[in-house]
Amino acid sequence: MSYLPYALAAWLFLVGLYGVVTSRNLIHLVVCLAVVQSSTYVLLLAIGYVEGGTAPIFNGIPLGKKTVDPVVQALTLTDVVVSVTTMALLLAIAVEVHKRTGTLDPDELREVRG
Amino acid sequence: MHSLVPLVVALPLLASAVLVALGRHVPRPGPDVVAIATAAATSVLCVLLAYAARDHDLVYWFGGWRPAHGIALGIDFDVDFASACVAALASVVATASLVFSWHYFDEVGVLFHALVLVFLAAMTGFALSGDLFNLFVFLELMSVVAVALTAYGDEPGPLQGALSFAVLNGIGAFFVLTGIGLVYARTGALNLEQVGRALEHRRPDGLVVVAFALIVCGFLTKAGIVPFHFWLSDAYAVAPAPVCAIFAGVMSDLGLHAAGRVYWSGFAGALASHEAGLRAVLVALGCASALLGGAMAFLQRDLKRMIAFVTVSQLGVGLVGIGLLKAVALGGSTLVVLSGGLLRAAALLAVGLVISVTGVGDELRGRGMGRRLPLTGIVVALAAIGLTGLPPFGTHAGRALVESGAPGGYGWLPVVLTVASILTSAALLRAAGRVFLGWGASSDSILGPQHVSAEDEEPRQRPRSPVLLVPAVVLLLLGLGLSLYPSVADQTTSAAARVVDHRAHAAEVLAGGPLTATRVDSDTFGATSLVSGIVSAVGAVALALLTLRLRRVSDLPGLLLVRPLKALHSGVVGDYVAWLVFGVALVGALFAFLLR
Repeated sequence: MSYLPYALAAWLFLVGLYGVVTSRNLIHLVVCLAVVQSSTYVLLLAIGYVEGGTAPIFNGIPLGKKTVDPVVQALTLTDVVVSVTTMALLLAIAVEVHKRTGTLDPDELREVRG
Repeated sequence: MHSLVPLVVALPLLASAVLVALGRHVPRPGPDVVAIATAAATSVLCVLLAYAARDHDLVYWFGGWRPAHGIALGIDFDVDFASACVAALASVVATASLVFSWHYFDEVGVLFHALVLVFLAAMTGFALSGDLFNLFVFLELMSVVAVALTAYGDEPGPLQGALSFAVLNGIGAFFVLTGIGLVYARTGALNLEQVGRALEHRRPDGLVVVAFALIVCGFLTKAGIVPFHFWLSDAYAVAPAPVCAIFAGVMSDLGLHAAGRVYWSGFAGALASHEAGLRAVLVALGCASALLGGAMAFLQRDLKRMIAFVTVSQLGVGLVGIGLLKAVALGGSTLVVLSGGLLRAAALLAVGLVISVTGVGDELRGRGMGRRLPLTGIVVALAAIGLTGLPPFGTHAGRALVESGAPGGYGWLPVVLTVASILTSAALLRAAGRVFLGWGASSDSILGPQHVSAEDEEPRQRPRSPVLLVPAVVLLLLGLGLSLYPSVADQTTSAAARVVDHRAHAAEVLAGGPLTATRVDSDTFGATSLVSGIVSAVGAVALALLTLRLRRVSDLPGLLLVRPLKALHSGVVGDYVAWLVFGVALVGALFAFLLR
């Protein structure tokens, strides 16, 4: 099994974090967060991959046929649902921020500090 | 009794769904009554569970999928004494907060009640879950609901706090999930006990250490341990007072609880030979939180933000208790979390009452405004005294247990914890003296400029129902009295001893193994704990009086050292994420160095 998917997951995580740290726009920041989260999808799916395995649908395939791990697929699906909720909430906050302050730059949002 | 276990999650979830569906068609007191009754019923259930779990765990397998031959296929709730107590804390504080918000908000939509109930369900589920992936799901559910509650209001300040909250907790949760993925890749298991069994038989290699570091850092982000704490103070400062009481009282404590649980059930066997290194890292993080939280609390003027830093400091003490990796200290950590959580929630509700009556939640602008609220002032002052651990009240028993768990070489620990608790409680007492008695000056440069969001509201005096004070008083009495309950220390240390004996614990969960009724007697509090409790209380009162006598914190000597600390808390979400990444890298590097 190749190490490429794991390298890709690590790369997505880091590049997403870099985006979040340096972002000057809230929408951009939220999308960067989505990139970080997609690294977890890649990681989970790579963990469950089996060389030559088919989709884990056990209806109508011969007994003993190799399939990929269904557990991580369930985890990934749940992860996607979680992600949609978080993103929707964050985008709603970004819209509200723009309505009330007229800016999307996180550096200008500094009412609370110190 | 087993059939009650899923109810503590199902009941608030169902009630919140009913509220959202029907609440609009019911006049005002209806939704309040339903929400309060649900939360109160959940509290009763949790207390019953804690009582039933005092000698052995209650393990509930959803759908009856019990483990076969030691392999867990199903998903379980593992109710041990400490988890049930933390769940009870969550539901009691949520009940108090709902009672408070009945009279706090002039108008509040039914969605607020529904969100608080979902929040409660997520917290109890998170406390009881014995499955790694369920921990992640409840963690995310908790964050999403909490962010929505933080932003409940119509000022820009809450949005900034909610944003930092969502982004930092989101990234923390991704760290947890990545760690869980790595654990699953190695063990093929998600049940914590089964993970522990699978990892135990091999030397811990890079993958296990990295997975452990990621999971622990993710949970410590939730707990607000330095350097993962930056979001916490911003979010707490802007959240509405009843919501903030839940945050400060329970939510952070849950992160700590999960970190302890994951270590003892999942990783204790694998990392057993590296206890000394792990202890050094965790105790160092805990001490850093205790001291930095104390110093920052002392430098605040916003009352809710001050309590946020008190939370950071107290959770540092809790982490020290877990990090000592001893049953006695773990039991102490549970007690610190419980009594401290009740006291912080009480202080926050009292502050909420001040904000509600005067429209000001700021120490300097509110100087003397609380003169008409003497009872509220007494609640804040007593909560502060309880937090010092003055024997025999409040956090005393917990801190005494933590300190008595310190092995050789950690003799300095009581000194650090005493300094931290002097700082936190002095901050609260100083604020109480200024707001409720009108002592001290009304300007103080070091405490910094006022937050814009609080300036919008003009100072006012409006009559408030005295009912508002009742939940704060109840929480205060519970928090102060917990240590006085006979055998509470024995009970928590015995429960902790069962958790620490991780092989027997795994057998109990996976095979319904023999009950391990370990009994630990902990009534031998040394003289040190009495001394440190009394010194903390006297020191806090003295420091508060000194500051008020000098009129300004800026007049205290030695403040040049702490000035840069305030600048670090810049309010910019990018900076906070950078600190988070730095913290994870630091912890990971230390683990890689010490745990190989």
